[in-house]
Amino acid sequence: MVTRRQFLKAGVIGGAALAMLGAWQLARQRTTASNSLDARHLILSAIVPAMLAGVLPEDATARRGAVVHTIARVDQTIAGLSPAVQTEVAELFALLNTGVTRVLLAGVWADWQVADAASIAAFLERWRSSSWLLMRSAYGALHDLILGAWYSEPTAWAAIGYPGPPEIAR
Amino acid sequence: MIRDPYVEGRAAGWQIVDAPSLEADHTLEADVVIVGSGAGGGTAAEILARSGLRVIMVEEGALKSTRDFKMREAEAYPDLYQESASRKTRDKGINILQGRCVGGSTTVNWTSSFRTPPATLEYWQRNFGLQDLDAEALAPWFAMMERRLNILPWEIKPNENNQVLQRGAAKLGIAVGQISRNVTGCWNLGYCGMGCPTGAKQSMLVSTIPAALAAGAVLLTRARAERLAIFGDQVTALECVAIVANGSPPGPRRITIRAKHYVLAAGAIGSPALLLRSGAPDPHRRLGRRTFLHPSVISAAVMPQEVHGYAGAPQSVYCDHYLERDALDGPLGFKLESPPLHPVLFATTLQGFGSAHARLMREFTHSQALIALVRDGFHPRSQGGTVRLRDDGSPMLDYPLTDVVWEAARRAWLAMAEIQFAAGAKWVAPVHEQSAGYSSWAEARAAIAALALKPQLARVVSAHVMGGCGMSDQPKYGVTNSYGKHHQLANLSVCDGSLFPTSIGANPQLSIYGLAARNVSRLAEVLNGRPAVAIA
Repeated sequence: MVTRRQFLKAGVIGGAALAMLGAWQLARQRTTASNSLDARHLILSAIVPAMLAGVLPEDATARRGAVVHTIARVDQTIAGLSPAVQTEVAELFALLNTGVTRVLLAGVWADWQVADAASIAAFLERWRSSSWLLMRSAYGALHDLILGAWYSEPTAWAAIGYPGPPEIAR
Repeated sequence: MIRDPYVEGRAAGWQIVDAPSLEADHTLEADVVIVGSGAGGGTAAEILARSGLRVIMVEEGALKSTRDFKMREAEAYPDLYQESASRKTRDKGINILQGRCVGGSTTVNWTSSFRTPPATLEYWQRNFGLQDLDAEALAPWFAMMERRLNILPWEIKPNENNQVLQRGAAKLGIAVGQISRNVTGCWNLGYCGMGCPTGAKQSMLVSTIPAALAAGAVLLTRARAERLAIFGDQVTALECVAIVANGSPPGPRRITIRAKHYVLAAGAIGSPALLLRSGAPDPHRRLGRRTFLHPSVISAAVMPQEVHGYAGAPQSVYCDHYLERDALDGPLGFKLESPPLHPVLFATTLQGFGSAHARLMREFTHSQALIALVRDGFHPRSQGGTVRLRDDGSPMLDYPLTDVVWEAARRAWLAMAEIQFAAGAKWVAPVHEQSAGYSSWAEARAAIAALALKPQLARVVSAHVMGGCGMSDQPKYGVTNSYGKHHQLANLSVCDGSLFPTSIGANPQLSIYGLAARNVSRLAEVLNGRPAVAIA
């Protein structure tokens, strides 16, 4: 017999899948619109501080600057992906930008501008250990894009003791 | 003084054409056109050009050479790798490192050189009818390429990252070996993966391609081979399109190349994809099938001493103990090596985020890593992946990680952790989202046994793409014969890692060099009516 709890769970997942399909459709229409880039920047402004907790500068101004710079590096990385993968990335951000899927799939209730750090960290943690491959791979994309952007910069190297590449006389 | 062969070569009139710079569409003619300039294409280019044939090389990536290499991941990955070093399998379960530049993966590989293991060749003989590919028959070809590329055992003391493998294995009574490397006057810097800044690595970029250019070959860069025109059993033309950068759409310039013979050396994803886009005959549905990766899992350790995994020859010690323990087609064996550790590659590979990740990164200078390259393609439940095309014609590799691969992954994490603890590690973690690391071998052994085996929980990577145009003496079991000649197309040969009917069970570059040298020498003889030159 199906319990109420199982039924509710199936309902939520079913609803999430439908919402996701809708967002996917929306994403396909949106991918070239300039507002999608703004949306991506807004979402990353919320996610980057959670992904980089423990390495960003303490000082608020320096911290904001570091986040903005990291987002610019993420943009560069995305531009170097194949057109097909760029479309997938655009779909991911469209999904996060749509209220209903943000709540249902990411579990972030507040808009990205006002979402608190704990709820964003909780969302990343849920996706990281999700039983859905799609969520785990979306987390993986955010992980690689943001941490790759951060550690590609010489400013990140002192904290980990990396001296940078050696000088060679040419 | 560091030499950059292209500076002198351009002055001497080498014919290098960058496709996006063309002001009109062009039609070119050659005896042989070679698609791709990596291990297979580079070797083919030198042998064919020096044997007197008119050769055109078509390369999708840009020409970056010795003096362009700055040892920075931020530049190297977008400039030199497929999909900015983040190419993935269809379900994103495996991250693939593959070159996309003049010299292909040889420009960015870590120089490890092994002849094809005799056990692998024997398996091909028994199962794919490749009677003429035995260790004895191939030995002279491997020897020639070893001379050509100065492939010799690395006699300098291994870096600490490799010494940990050596010491840990010795404690456990497990044999290790010394890796041979294709270098001349190596500075022991450790940045092979970002393009050798001193020109010491004998990649195709500084060896065979310059020799081919000096012999009159033409190099077309940033040109993607889009489609072969096929009429009956003949390829009649290759259609190429200019591309500016990774990620940018192609066009507008188109280049058509007509040749007597077409050599595909675009790698084990690119070559099958080109044949698929061209609608090449595939009556037995072999094309793009049985694509192998040596799926690799990773174990990170923190050592009490400094390791500096970014410094020194990246790979100099290997361990085949776990390859040789079981039957070739039994539980999947794996080869152990140490990968170089650089900030971006290390940070993106490590599990976790936020403070937990930051803590691991603070141990960077004391970090050590081992990788286990799982030998796929021999067990009945390890049949590899399939190259397919997306709607836009770009290739995608569908590689399901099967139960036997996961079972090997777990054994590999255990083996690596045991070695790392035996070498004195304070802390070891398999690269897996469920693992926060362990401080003793006993703890690791119990915890690793309980890790869930799922893609994107465990980090799985590959730097070795093989198969997809497999060889067999019978068209029913392969795309080409043992000389790489296409079974259905008379004037087309495949000449890269896509020929392998299974994985190799070792880093594949020397396997490609040797087979390419043998096969292309035969091709030159057929086309010229006289023996090919021996290039070393």
